[in-house]
Amino acid sequence: MTKKSLWRRLADSGLLLPIVSLLLVMAVNIVFDIVSGNNPFNFFMVTLQHTTSNGNVLYGRIIDVLNRGSEAAILAIGMTLVVSSSAGTDISVGSVMSLCASFCCMLLAGYGVSSTSTLAVPLIVGVLGGILMGALCGTFNGTLVAYFGIQPMVATLILYSAARAIGLLLCNDLIVYIRNGSFAFFGSFLGPIPTPIVITAVCIVVMSLLLRKSALGMYIQSVGINPRASRISGLNSRRIIFITYVICGLFAGIAGIVASSRITSADSNNIGLYLEMDAILAVALGGNSLGGGRFNLAGSIIGAYTIQAITTTLYALGVSTTQAPVFKAVIVILIVAMQSEPVKSYMKKRRLARTAKEGGAV
Amino acid sequence: MEENVVLTARGITMTFPGVRALENVDFTLRRGEIHALMGENGAGKSTLIKCLTGINDFEAGEIHIAGIDGPVKNHSTRDAQSVGISTVYQEVNLCPNLSVAENLFIGREPMTAFHTIDRKAYNKRSQKIMDDLGISVDVTQNLENYSLAIQQMVAIARAVDMDCKVLILDEPTSSLDDEEVEKLFVLMRRLRDQGVGIIFVTHFLEQVYTVCDRITVLRDGHFVGEYPIAELPRVKLVAAMMGKNLDDLEEIGKDHTDNAASKELEISARGLSHTGTVKPFDLDIHKGEVVGVAGLLGSGRSELARAIYGADKASTGTLQVDGKTAKINQPIDAMHLGMGMLPDDRKAEGIIGDLSVRENMILALQAKQGMFKPLSRAKQEELVDEYIKLLQVKTAGKETLIKQLSGGNQQKVILGRWLITQPDFLILDEPTRGIDVGTKAEIQKLILKLAAEGKSILFISSEISEMLRTCSRMAIMRDGEKVDELDHDLTQESVMKAIAGGEQNND
Amino acid sequence: MKKRNGLNGHTILLLITIGLFIVLYAGGCIAYGSNGFTHLQTFLNILITNAGLICVACGLTVVMLTAGIDISVGALIAMDCMMLAVGMRSGIGAVPMMLLVLLTGIAFGTFQGFMIGYLGIQPFIVTMAGMFFCRGMTAVICTDQVSITKEINETFYNLANMKINIPFGGYTNKKGMYMTPYIRVTVVVALLVLVIVYLMLRYTKFGRSLYAVGGNAQSAAMMGLNVKSIRMRAHMLCSVLASIGGICYCLNTMAGSVSQALGLEMDAISSAVIGGTLLTGGVGNVFGSFFGVLINGTISSIVKTNGKLASSWPNILTAILLFVFIVIQSIFAAVRNRRK
Repeated sequence: MTKKSLWRRLADSGLLLPIVSLLLVMAVNIVFDIVSGNNPFNFFMVTLQHTTSNGNVLYGRIIDVLNRGSEAAILAIGMTLVVSSSAGTDISVGSVMSLCASFCCMLLAGYGVSSTSTLAVPLIVGVLGGILMGALCGTFNGTLVAYFGIQPMVATLILYSAARAIGLLLCNDLIVYIRNGSFAFFGSFLGPIPTPIVITAVCIVVMSLLLRKSALGMYIQSVGINPRASRISGLNSRRIIFITYVICGLFAGIAGIVASSRITSADSNNIGLYLEMDAILAVALGGNSLGGGRFNLAGSIIGAYTIQAITTTLYALGVSTTQAPVFKAVIVILIVAMQSEPVKSYMKKRRLARTAKEGGAV
Repeated sequence: MEENVVLTARGITMTFPGVRALENVDFTLRRGEIHALMGENGAGKSTLIKCLTGINDFEAGEIHIAGIDGPVKNHSTRDAQSVGISTVYQEVNLCPNLSVAENLFIGREPMTAFHTIDRKAYNKRSQKIMDDLGISVDVTQNLENYSLAIQQMVAIARAVDMDCKVLILDEPTSSLDDEEVEKLFVLMRRLRDQGVGIIFVTHFLEQVYTVCDRITVLRDGHFVGEYPIAELPRVKLVAAMMGKNLDDLEEIGKDHTDNAASKELEISARGLSHTGTVKPFDLDIHKGEVVGVAGLLGSGRSELARAIYGADKASTGTLQVDGKTAKINQPIDAMHLGMGMLPDDRKAEGIIGDLSVRENMILALQAKQGMFKPLSRAKQEELVDEYIKLLQVKTAGKETLIKQLSGGNQQKVILGRWLITQPDFLILDEPTRGIDVGTKAEIQKLILKLAAEGKSILFISSEISEMLRTCSRMAIMRDGEKVDELDHDLTQESVMKAIAGGEQNND
Repeated sequence: MKKRNGLNGHTILLLITIGLFIVLYAGGCIAYGSNGFTHLQTFLNILITNAGLICVACGLTVVMLTAGIDISVGALIAMDCMMLAVGMRSGIGAVPMMLLVLLTGIAFGTFQGFMIGYLGIQPFIVTMAGMFFCRGMTAVICTDQVSITKEINETFYNLANMKINIPFGGYTNKKGMYMTPYIRVTVVVALLVLVIVYLMLRYTKFGRSLYAVGGNAQSAAMMGLNVKSIRMRAHMLCSVLASIGGICYCLNTMAGSVSQALGLEMDAISSAVIGGTLLTGGVGNVFGSFFGVLINGTISSIVKTNGKLASSWPNILTAILLFVFIVIQSIFAAVRNRRK
């Protein structure tokens, strides 16, 4: 009885799908480790390992998932809000990440410099510059969607194809290397913990605080569910949609800095490649409807880590980086098919038929 | 079946979850007549039409069509078309990006020997169809290049060309101007003379008396009666549509008219209008006064309120609130001036379905306070508890999603949303629609209580009786225009006369 | 009661596109005439390079007419190329492999179309999954780059290198040799696809019903069209055309690799949009998309001829054009709505 109510509670909170999928991935890991004769809980093992550059740091597959999943998790925060308010997706976030990384590195190295160990401007200027560039891109997207009424996917298509190229232009067609330890910080370790994990945690906390300590969360959902009724009740629907896009761009900027710091360079062609897809997938996997409305930030974040866990697991199983998308595709299709109206009503019909049968038997 | 009857419906009954939309409704349509189907909101007009056209699956009753043995039951608009029933809606159901000819022939194009579309043939045939109906268009032009009236006529031409015996016109004139309406009527009469039976749904009384031969009236899902046009003067029609259910409710004291509101003006509108929906009007509302707006559906009664509140930004005119000139661009501006509006379409403009009762209730106050001054959870709960109790909202809890509540309780939550903002002026557009009798009385009492507290209220309803019980003054709307204002001798008869206008009007 | 205007917004958009192409090309000729830009071959090279893209753009135009989108086409092309390369390397003939590629396209398109048409899932999401799937499958088939050489398959090699000479517009080069302008087989295929799709859109029931569904799906259903099936068939057709494009693409690159045709879907979409196809559906035709491809090709060609401009300029210019056209479209839409 209590078990059932827990199940119900999970289902009601909308976290059922992400948690079940995460558990499934973990189960696959355990089975795999048993089959290959390893410690069954290899996946969860966290050890301290000594590295020459960073001293003792945390190490383990689960740490790897949390670390590598940071960018997707950060993007998923912004994407959740965008999906909720406008029932559309921002497909430019991956490219915007790349642009922000390029802009940040360009500021730090100076225009036209391809490799530097001394910073041209203080680190903070470069980093803030990169993040603001993200917000600027968000402003552009938000203006098109909220004030010009252009479909989100179409509006963000522009930066999707341009942002990366603008980044390349800023870097004068070069891969800019910042060989300065201070910049590498965002992609390495804070004490024993990988910095990206800390940054992600800070982003999540700040966003949850903002949602909890202001009425933004309710505004966004309200506009996403019923824009007309929201307007009558005094909300400025357009401005709220606009704000979500700016926030989404801002987080893309942060993710861009993290990704760039990891490789201490601005590799315009590869930073954030396909990450917009991961972010969208994280939102869907998090139990959020891509049709907008109510959202669940926790779900999206669990979704992002689930995707990373899947990827890490696949690598552990010997699937190559380039082959992994096949599995992602299958997962996407299964999720959306399950959420689709015809399948839902079919399942409902079957359930009704079954209960009717059981009722008849009793 | 009678000699020249083309369609009969007998005992149609249809229920939606929780609501009986139609109960034992009869309808008869004869060859070559234009038959008006009249009724207020929720009377069951559109439900009946959907039963005829196969969109709704009715539970009981039979439909017979001339030339077909046995009862007919349609399951789709296609079925309906195959037995000769075609429908043209207010929202034209054609493709604006295709040519007029294509819109006439899509899905049944004439083909050439090579299995390609014979454009020449259908352009020629289309031109002939349109010429025969006296509509001058170039059929090769895209439909979107023509006015709504022409689009409407193309839709009718398509229906007629598909051999329809019964043509249903559902509010076809709502977006047309007078000249366009006249052209449409010419077409309708021509079709009638060709023997088509036309069902005409409209809320413009004027048009009914201009073009129709017979009227069927529905009210609250029931069949009220079928009348030849000559035997049903306007006032009787209005009475039939609105009913005289005075006795449904406990009598609420009428003493409010005596404590005549203060002389101070809360709202003063001069020449306010919204292009296309409501013509310029003047309106004064005093503090502590309940003013009613009476008129038929589509008469501009809701639009008048929306223009004041900024839900539709006023095109012309000035508005003074509490003696000061106000500039209202959108609802939030009006809210800051102490206004609130409960809109008539609860589902589309009232509830935020997927949010909880609590969130729905505090939404307006929160919007007024601004995003960065959130109400604390404790404060929210306190307010919500207070108003749930005050309004006697029946809900499992504060966190229940509002869409899970019954219509009446949803309405109370929205009412609570506005009361929480402590408005000085509250617009209530059909607050009692689809609500049980007990709740209706509660809401009416509440209105009087609010007025006694000095708040001003604009009350819009399609039930004259409930306005009579609460209002001290009534503005009368007809065809988008404020035609009259009654402040004494408020009786069912006087109001209905004013609403009906036409030959009953002394002007 | 009168006609509102003779020349509607869409025709204007198409004319702007064609005008833009002429201006761009003329500009290129004036600026880089000495670098051979004025030669007919420069234009033909744009066609040769973009033959595959033309087919894909036709396919995208078809789905965009129904208010759909397909972002899987680039990945599908990569998979096609890899199938061709690996298949022929293992000794299967060119013709059977090409047929297999087309069949794969049909099967893949049917699946995507079913999810979109019958399950009602957003095209973007379905084709995003399709993109993942194809990219991943490309790597599953082979993770290395596989080149198609003369030794691997002579038929395919000859097909790729076949020149079809054009009897006019040649020039004498610096060495005094007369250069006959030529095109490749792929150009013929692409132009055939273009004409056939154009005729299909204009003269068949299916073609017109695509417009109807995109114009107003609800009305189309009311008028008795099977909207679900039409949507599905549109996506099938798009995948088939993308597969034909994939074969053309492979004939150009003569290789299969995981990162091939990266971002090609966006080139195709922007070509269609620049060519006047509305992303909201119902308006557009393949000739517009053809000019869209030509505009993109001309920009690339100019940047390449210049030699000094950064390689990212074509992308940026295309995006700017995309922006301008999307904003113009939204303004046209707003004006139309206001009139009503």
